[in-house]
Amino acid sequence: MIEQLLFYVFAILTCGGAIAVVATQNVVRMAFWLVVSLGSVAALFFLLHADFLGAAQLLIYVGGTVVLLVFGVMLTASGPYTTIKTSPAEGIIGAAVGVMLLMVLVSSIGNVDWIAISGRLPSSPESPSAADATRKAHAEESLVNSGSTKALSEFNANQQQGRTVRQLGLSFLGLRPDRNLKEGGANGLAPGYFLPFEIVSVHLLVVLIGAAYLARAKRRAVSEDRVSLD
Amino acid sequence: MHGFFAALTLEDFIARTISSLAKLPVESETLLLIAFLAAAFTHAGLLLGLFGGLPVFYIWLERKVAGRIQDRLGPTRVGGSFGWLQTIADGIKLIQKEDLVPKEADSLVFRMSPYLATIASFAAFMVLPICDGWIAVAAECGAFLILALMSLEVLGIILAGYSSGSKWALFGAMREAAQMVSYEIPMAICALIPLMIAGSLNFQVIGRMQSGGFWNWFILHDPFTFLAFFCYFTVATASVKRAPFDLAEAESELVAGFHTEYSGFRWSIFFLAEYSSMFAVSAVAALLFLGGWHDGLGIDSVLESLFRGTGTGLVDGFSLGSYVVNVFGAVVLITKACLLVFVQIWVRWTLPRLRIDQVMTTCLKYLVPISCFLFLAAVLWPLTLVTMFSRPVIAGPAIGERALSQSTASARDTSERLGAAR
Repeated sequence: MIEQLLFYVFAILTCGGAIAVVATQNVVRMAFWLVVSLGSVAALFFLLHADFLGAAQLLIYVGGTVVLLVFGVMLTASGPYTTIKTSPAEGIIGAAVGVMLLMVLVSSIGNVDWIAISGRLPSSPESPSAADATRKAHAEESLVNSGSTKALSEFNANQQQGRTVRQLGLSFLGLRPDRNLKEGGANGLAPGYFLPFEIVSVHLLVVLIGAAYLARAKRRAVSEDRVSLD
Repeated sequence: MHGFFAALTLEDFIARTISSLAKLPVESETLLLIAFLAAAFTHAGLLLGLFGGLPVFYIWLERKVAGRIQDRLGPTRVGGSFGWLQTIADGIKLIQKEDLVPKEADSLVFRMSPYLATIASFAAFMVLPICDGWIAVAAECGAFLILALMSLEVLGIILAGYSSGSKWALFGAMREAAQMVSYEIPMAICALIPLMIAGSLNFQVIGRMQSGGFWNWFILHDPFTFLAFFCYFTVATASVKRAPFDLAEAESELVAGFHTEYSGFRWSIFFLAEYSSMFAVSAVAALLFLGGWHDGLGIDSVLESLFRGTGTGLVDGFSLGSYVVNVFGAVVLITKACLLVFVQIWVRWTLPRLRIDQVMTTCLKYLVPISCFLFLAAVLWPLTLVTMFSRPVIAGPAIGERALSQSTASARDTSERLGAAR
């Protein structure tokens, strides 16, 4: 039950860090607690075998967003430690939004038919590795016996649980090998996410060019200044 | 975590441990458990020892190399005529010092940020393969994960500088933040070039693809990967804030930069993190460009054919011969990484420090365009070769064919072993 123990540790760290971000008023400490909270979310992703998602969480949120946040605070702060004080009205509005979001989440989690979904899971969550081990032994045995690769490929499909990089990359290119293999037939082709991926890429490129343009505009203003001074 | 541990409940483990203590003639399963735990702790200890031991060596090396470059001798007294124990003596001295927290500092963040930097640096070691199969966490997206983890170290530096309540430290942290935010881009693009050639983010796969002679290394794959290696190494030197890019701790301008207010143990683990990160980026360079754990001269393939899979009688599933081959591979990889670290030290003591605007210009105006161009050219290179000579590489089998032959060979080995076991 070590995985369960780790889950509780990281879940407590996630929630505790999030509460501490809200409760503290010092921006530096907020950043520190944000690191704790977001890093624990990444650890939860690793526990759920979502390696790529966990790495992306670390790179984008912990390594990117928090660094930019601290960087922005350092550039704009007037005093040594910026504190953020919230007025009671802001607290009430924030609490209301938070409670509404919580209700949405609770109701949507409550609406899921978990029993129907658990049938689709590859193995029981109680002892996944034990089940995996027996299944692997079984698969290897049948491979040696009959030379059939079906059981082994089934096992490999289950082993793909944490290995989502290739599937993610292919689905961004418009291919869904997992779905196509399962459904079979000509009409079972799934579209993948090529179009959204391209739209997001072009969007990011536009943002990049826009940022470069804004950075250039400042220099032009300086030169205009100099002209007016002359 | 996924293998033996998860199948075992905590109560079961405690019960077994107690029963094994109660009656001495233990069951074979308990013995297996103890052996497993001993092996796990030994290897975790080895990894930690690598993390802690390499900086000790590198700091000694830094002193010696700096001394030689400046026509001095460097440390000569502590521990023999070469000063082998100088770093240990320094470490003992540092631990004895008072653990100061300035009055102006934010004490919680000030105390925590050295650990943040060190944890990030150590986490990179967990996904770093030391040899074929010797990897603590064999994530399929290992290369992506290691880039993500190495980018976290900067957070500890920034928070340390900001929470110190000192202007020198704040300036150091701001420079570090600006530098890191810009240098991560060319670093990722340069790392992407060999990853694209390999078609995988898995270090194991990347390492195996570069087996055989040194002409199989990705640095010699095409002219653009050759340039990309030097681009990556420059950016990696900057990303671990080594001179000429050590603006975060520019002694001539900022006293000591982000660690001005630190002393004693916390100060020394900043250096532990820095020197282990130097090893980590150098090992990544060796894995991505310089053949990883393959020596490139054919010694490892000879060892492989002689020893791989021999000496299996001792413990089920353990082969002494394979272990010897792996130790050789680990020595090769660590030697390559140490040579690259030596180059970093050499550069530090021979090149003057850049100004902060020069550092930013180097990155944004030169390294980012160069890395983008190299990436584009490395993408177009196989296409050009295919159109002109109808083959994707100049000589030898294509990367994909090599990978395929490797995988079929391993599959054959597995089936043979299974057949032998039956």
